Amino acid sequence: MNTILVALRRDLLLAARRRSEVVTALFFFVVVVSLFPLGIGPEPAMLRRIGPGVLWVAALLATLLGLPRLFASDHADGTLEQMALSPRPFALLVAGKIAAHWLLCGLPLVLLAPLLGLQFNLNPGELQVLMLALLLGTPVLSLIGAIGAALTLGVRGGGTLLALLVLPLYVPTLIFGAGAVEAQSAGLGSSAQLSILGALLALAVFFAPWATTAALRIAIE
Amino acid sequence: MAQIVLSLMRGLARAPILPGWARTTLDSTYTDAQTTPIPASDRRRPHSPSFPAVPSFMLSAHHLRCSRGDRTLFADLSLSLAPGRWLQVGGINGAGKTTLLRTLVGLNPPDDGEVRWNDTPIRAAGEDFRRACLYLGHHAAVKDELSPVENLRQACAIDGVALDDAQAGDALRRIGLRGRGHLPTSVLSAGQKRRVLLARLLVRPATLWVLDEPFAALDTDAVALMGELIGAHLAQGGLAILTSHQPAPLPAGEFVGLAA
Repeated sequence: MNTILVALRRDLLLAARRRSEVVTALFFFVVVVSLFPLGIGPEPAMLRRIGPGVLWVAALLATLLGLPRLFASDHADGTLEQMALSPRPFALLVAGKIAAHWLLCGLPLVLLAPLLGLQFNLNPGELQVLMLALLLGTPVLSLIGAIGAALTLGVRGGGTLLALLVLPLYVPTLIFGAGAVEAQSAGLGSSAQLSILGALLALAVFFAPWATTAALRIAIE
Repeated sequence: MAQIVLSLMRGLARAPILPGWARTTLDSTYTDAQTTPIPASDRRRPHSPSFPAVPSFMLSAHHLRCSRGDRTLFADLSLSLAPGRWLQVGGINGAGKTTLLRTLVGLNPPDDGEVRWNDTPIRAAGEDFRRACLYLGHHAAVKDELSPVENLRQACAIDGVALDDAQAGDALRRIGLRGRGHLPTSVLSAGQKRRVLLARLLVRPATLWVLDEPFAALDTDAVALMGELIGAHLAQGGLAILTSHQPAPLPAGEFVGLAA
């Protein structure tokens, strides 16, 4: 646990020194979500229908923005080698970095989502489910994304490759995340979708740090 | 005994890239006793007083082979290093010096052979080896956004060594960065950034120092200081392995030359 906190604290300190990167992803999320009502027109029923999907797709893309930087600078300046050689378990240091990525690129989206959801005429119950679904889903996005970021580390044009690699893997999270809000508005209750999101999260928390570590070891060889 | 000496000589003859004189200095404490099957009648020998005992800390490499693409950088390279000794890895640019160092610390798995720490393969030694080993590569591993003090503290935190601001500042003063501890590292020169990295030698306890080009970008004073640091480390029974193109200000050590 201490090991995770060390890596987490370090990445948060670094992010505090280059705030623009964090703000960019957040601003991207806000702008993309706000463009849809402007483009489609102010028809409440239509907006309410597409709202959850739009918010989730925007969250997916915003998470993707920060991923190439997750390991790139540590790889370029040799810090990643030092982490691999540290007496602390490398997988836990990597887990700390992923946790930092979620705190910086995932959690702000969760907190902003209800505000943006108002644009889509979502009612309080739906906003609550949306937030809960994002709270369970965005860590999955960071965890799966980290595997992709580690696999494309040091590859030229890695950013595009990363998107191609990771976006298909985001599909289940997207389906159940957006589905939870839709089920809620249809009056079916969202517990099934939220449970599946929770299961995805448990699976990702367990496997993703190890898969990421294995990919990073190959990258620094 | 004769059997062991013979197997030792065979092992030496298998290392063609070592210059002749190095073959005699290297392996001065190295024996194949742990790897070569010993006849039952001789099993007791390694523990007899006349036989050189395995030192408390020892790094040894056994028949290493590494290649990059189609090119074999080195093959059948065996070496050993005892406490208080240092090893210089020589060779022209691209000969594989960095690859050898990275193989010895476990960053690059060798194609063949193995590296052992106290006769345990380094992968099995795991945390014990990583705690004992400090590898400083030719990347600075220093963040421009952080100050030298923060860089040093973060590096130590990753290695599990507690370090406060005062201790970090003290180490930086000793390495010649007086008054620059709280500047952003981005304003420091290449040599000063290098000193930030080398300050880790002062604050991170380690038995084995593996240094890739430790004298690069340093001025003459800093080179002398590094020589003193490595000398003091060896005097305390530490081990050091380094690559350098300039003569190191150190007492005579051992040498491995890599052919291009």
